Amino acid sequence: MGMTITEKILASHAGKEKVRPGELINVGLDLVLGNDVTAPIAIREFKKIGVAKVFDKDKVALVPDHYTPNKDIKSAEQAKILRDFANEQQITNYFEIGRMGIEHVLLPELGLVLPGDAVIGADSHTCTYGALGAFSTGVGSTDLAASMATGEVWLKVPPTIKFIYKGKMNKWVSGKDLILYTIGKIGVDGALYRSMEFAGETIKMLSMDSRFSMANMAIEAGGKNGIIEPDEITLAYVKERAKRDFKVYKSDDDAEYEKVYEYDVTKIEPQVAFPHLPSNTKGISEVDNIKIDQVVIGSCTNGRIEDLRIAAEVIKGHKAHKNIRLIVIPATQKIYKQAMNEGLVDIFIDAEAAVSTPTCGPCLGGHMGILAEGERALATTNRNFVGRMGHLKSEVYLCNPAVAAASAVLGRIASPDEINKG
Amino acid sequence: MIYQGKVHKYGRDIDTDVIIPARYLNTSDPKELGKHALEGLDTEFINKVSPGDMLVAEENFGCGSSREHAPIAIKAAGITCVIAKSFARIFYRNSINMGLPILECPEAVDGIKFGDKVEVDTNKGVIMNLTTGDIFKATPFPDFIQEIMKKDGLINYLKDKLGSGGS
Repeated sequence: MGMTITEKILASHAGKEKVRPGELINVGLDLVLGNDVTAPIAIREFKKIGVAKVFDKDKVALVPDHYTPNKDIKSAEQAKILRDFANEQQITNYFEIGRMGIEHVLLPELGLVLPGDAVIGADSHTCTYGALGAFSTGVGSTDLAASMATGEVWLKVPPTIKFIYKGKMNKWVSGKDLILYTIGKIGVDGALYRSMEFAGETIKMLSMDSRFSMANMAIEAGGKNGIIEPDEITLAYVKERAKRDFKVYKSDDDAEYEKVYEYDVTKIEPQVAFPHLPSNTKGISEVDNIKIDQVVIGSCTNGRIEDLRIAAEVIKGHKAHKNIRLIVIPATQKIYKQAMNEGLVDIFIDAEAAVSTPTCGPCLGGHMGILAEGERALATTNRNFVGRMGHLKSEVYLCNPAVAAASAVLGRIASPDEINKG
Repeated sequence: MIYQGKVHKYGRDIDTDVIIPARYLNTSDPKELGKHALEGLDTEFINKVSPGDMLVAEENFGCGSSREHAPIAIKAAGITCVIAKSFARIFYRNSINMGLPILECPEAVDGIKFGDKVEVDTNKGVIMNLTTGDIFKATPFPDFIQEIMKKDGLINYLKDKLGSGGS
């Protein structure tokens, strides 16, 4: 019996020939990550362990992105804990505001995660890097503390579920829609403790940015990781970024899958996840007249250049509806600059959007766009739990950037096709 | 450890955003976090809970964000253990790592009602509903995880393993 790509990466990082689902292993790590929410606790716990230094100052990444630029005194103090620790430990990959970006967009952009790597991060969306053919998974602060000390993490080898996507995607459909559709089918615990392997001809045609959106939301189905085998598109992306060797792993033909799902993507239209679970999805044509107050385009799910290009294409020449607050957040400084150079920022500002420096801000109800009681937002983010973006009696709907842009213009959840009908 | 307490029971997919809303994540002080435990789910919880109480929930408890603030807030609110039909994976790791006892036992969840008094033996994984007299056995943890739990968390486990002097 062969192995899946996930099993191969885990075996190689555990110093084993072979691993099987259910096996508890110690995995050596290529990178460990923390942010301004999770790292302060990790640093406190790290100091209790009694080791003086992190296992490798080049393999710890600290990205203050959730409440930065500091939203208040308490968050300033949390961010300072990271800064002081980064200085004291001479952490190479600490990213101050002005140089930072949303962690899961920034690290791949800088080539800090590469195919075949094993990565943990104290942030649930660390599974994003699976788009590169790396194993990456979210953990908590104590795990981060332990891994900063040892360079290892204990993991149970997950069984793998394979998702095969067939056919050409319809207009306005992106990786975000494929993953929302998938979560809608299997539920928010449909891949609990499992590896989600995304494959098929549709995936091979998918851009890197769309692949990142898909792997990013594996956790929304309870998955341990989401992963896509590297191909020419992956290699073209990493070629200009990699500063070290990496290894491409692929699943064996006789690898064992716990389940295989097949989806015909020609039947998938842009998806909208209704409150209060990402699995609560509908196709855009099934969405009635739902008025909204705020639209957010950004986040580790959809703040990449392709996302901004699509949103700009839809919104160009239009203005946000008078009742809409439109917030656009490029995920990194590089993407921000690229968006400026391509004229996208002009399009957004002409549409009367607020364009912000990179931050996770509104996605988690941190800052930069909190909802009042009874308000409703449509966002390209990843979670629509109760109170996620503000008041407990506010609502979040999830969608792709094209739907978000069209809805900002029309003031209600709408298809991009409605915009140019005259 | 053996714990006895009154049960607060909730449904499925209780996410970490409702366990501790993000507006409180600008601190990592357990006392502060404990004051807002489960605020997004039940604003009255913090007034109803007494030290020693237990949480019982359906499937996928603790889904969503990786915030360890969630088990910290639950523990700081006085909850001694959480029994669920299943746990989301990061919450599961976090609870074991920071020393909040959790037990996976679908039968117990079905056999325990809000307000029941329950006794839990975390070492043996035995759950007794003192109100009804029913006894349930939780899914046992792998040996390695039991070791971490015996040390009251991963940091103490590592301290012993690596030696107090460090590397």
